[in-house]
Amino acid sequence: MYAGPVQELIDQLGRLPGVGPKSAQRIAFYLLKLPKEDAERLATAIVEVKARISFCRRCWNVSEGEFCEMCQDTRRDPTIVCVVEEPRDIVAVEKTQEFHGLYHVLQGAISPIEGIGPEQLRVKELLARVDAEGIKEVILCTNPNLEGEATAMYLARLLKPLGLSVTRIASGLPVGGDLEYADELTLGRALEGRREVDA
Amino acid sequence: MGLYRDQGVVLRTIRLGESDRIVTLVTQAHGKVRAVAKGVRKTKSRFGGRLEPTSHVSLLLYEGRELDIVTQAEALDHFKAIREDLDRLARATTMLEAVDQVAQERQPGARLYQMLVGGLRALAARNAPLLVPAFFLKLLALEGFQPVLDGCAGCGAPEPLVAFDLTVGGALCPACARGPRVSPEAVDLMQRILDGGLAGALNEPVTPATAEVATLATRAMEHHLERRLRSVTVLD
Ligand SMILES: [Zn+2]
Ligand SMILES: [Zn+2]
Repeated sequence: MYAGPVQELIDQLGRLPGVGPKSAQRIAFYLLKLPKEDAERLATAIVEVKARISFCRRCWNVSEGEFCEMCQDTRRDPTIVCVVEEPRDIVAVEKTQEFHGLYHVLQGAISPIEGIGPEQLRVKELLARVDAEGIKEVILCTNPNLEGEATAMYLARLLKPLGLSVTRIASGLPVGGDLEYADELTLGRALEGRREVDA
Repeated sequence: MGLYRDQGVVLRTIRLGESDRIVTLVTQAHGKVRAVAKGVRKTKSRFGGRLEPTSHVSLLLYEGRELDIVTQAEALDHFKAIREDLDRLARATTMLEAVDQVAQERQPGARLYQMLVGGLRALAARNAPLLVPAFFLKLLALEGFQPVLDGCAGCGAPEPLVAFDLTVGGALCPACARGPRVSPEAVDLMQRILDGGLAGALNEPVTPATAEVATLATRAMEHHLERRLRSVTVLD
C-alpha cells in the first residue's frame, strides 16, 4: 500500500485491459518520474478523447460527431455491411482497400465463459439497421478464434431467416508463410475454403 | 523441473499485453496449469488455433515462478463438431467452467482431466440432452458429493422420493421433503447416470424428466461451487 494518490493511480491503471497489479505498479512509478508536461499531455489526451469522441449512432465506430466518417461517406455502398468486434478492426479491413460498404461494430464478442452474451453487444442495433436500411449483405468479420466464431454463428442464426446474404470471412494460411508451420485447424479450414485457380 | 511435458485441455484464455494470452489448462499430471502463450494472437503464430478453449493438446512447458510458458503445443483433438455448433459450444463451455472452478493449481488429478476429455469426445460425437447434467453429477461424485438417490437422504426411508436438496445430500421422502420437487423418472435417470447406466441415459431423448435432471444437476453443481455458472444461461 502506498500514499493515497499513488495507490489510487495504481488501482485505476490496474483496471485497464491486460494490466495486472504488477504492471500497474510499474506504470504508476514510470508516470511519477515523468516530467510534469509529459504527464499533463497524457492526462489531457484522455480528457479530450472523452469530451470529443463518442460512438457513431449508426455503426458504433468511434466518431467525433453523431455519425462517423465511414457513415458520412456517400461513396460507400450502404447495402453491404461488414460486422466487426472492435473499431480497430475497421482500420485493419480498410487497409485491404477491398471493402467499400459500411460497418457495424459489436463492441466485443460472445464469450460464454466470461458471461458475455448478445445483450452485452450491439446486436439489437444491428438487427434494427437490417430492418431500416435495406441491407442486402452482411459480412461477418469477427476474429477467427473461439469467441469470434461463436459470435458469427449466433449472428448467422439470427440474420439468415431475414432473407439477406450472410457471409463469413474465409480462414486460411497467412500469405508468405510455409505450409509445414501451419496448425491443422488453419490448414483444414484453408482446404475447406479452397477455390478454383484462374488459368 | 524446468521443461516438462504434459497433456491438457484448454479451459479459458485471457489476453495479455500486445499479442500474448494466459492459457488455463487442466492437465493429466500437473492439475490446473496457467501458462503464457507468447504471440498467440498474431495471425502468423505457430500455435494457430491450438490453444483455444476446448482444445486438447500435448504440450511442452517451461516452469515459471507464477506462470509457466508454453513452448510447444500439438493438437490431440480439436473437436470440430463442437466448435462449429453454437449449442454444443455453449455446453462444452459449461463443462470447462465447472472444471476450472473445481481444479486446483498444480494439484495432480488425472481423473478430472480424463473426465473432461471423455465428456468433450462424447459431445463431439453426439449432442445428447443429458450429457452436461451427467457430467455435473459425475463431477460432484468425484468431489465426494455424490447425491444420495437410493433412499431418503434425510431418514433413509425407501421410495417414494419426492424432492431433491443437495444441502441435505440428495433425494428426500415425503416426510423430509424440502427443496425442489422431483419426479420418479428424474430420480431414476440420476440413479442410472451414477450407477453404471450412463451410456443408456445418454440415449434418452428430450423429455420433461431430462429437463428436470438438467435443472437439478446445474443447481447442485452451482450449490457445490458456491457460485453461478455464467455460461449456462448466456446464450438462451
Ligand atoms: Zn458510423
Ligand atoms: Zn425421509
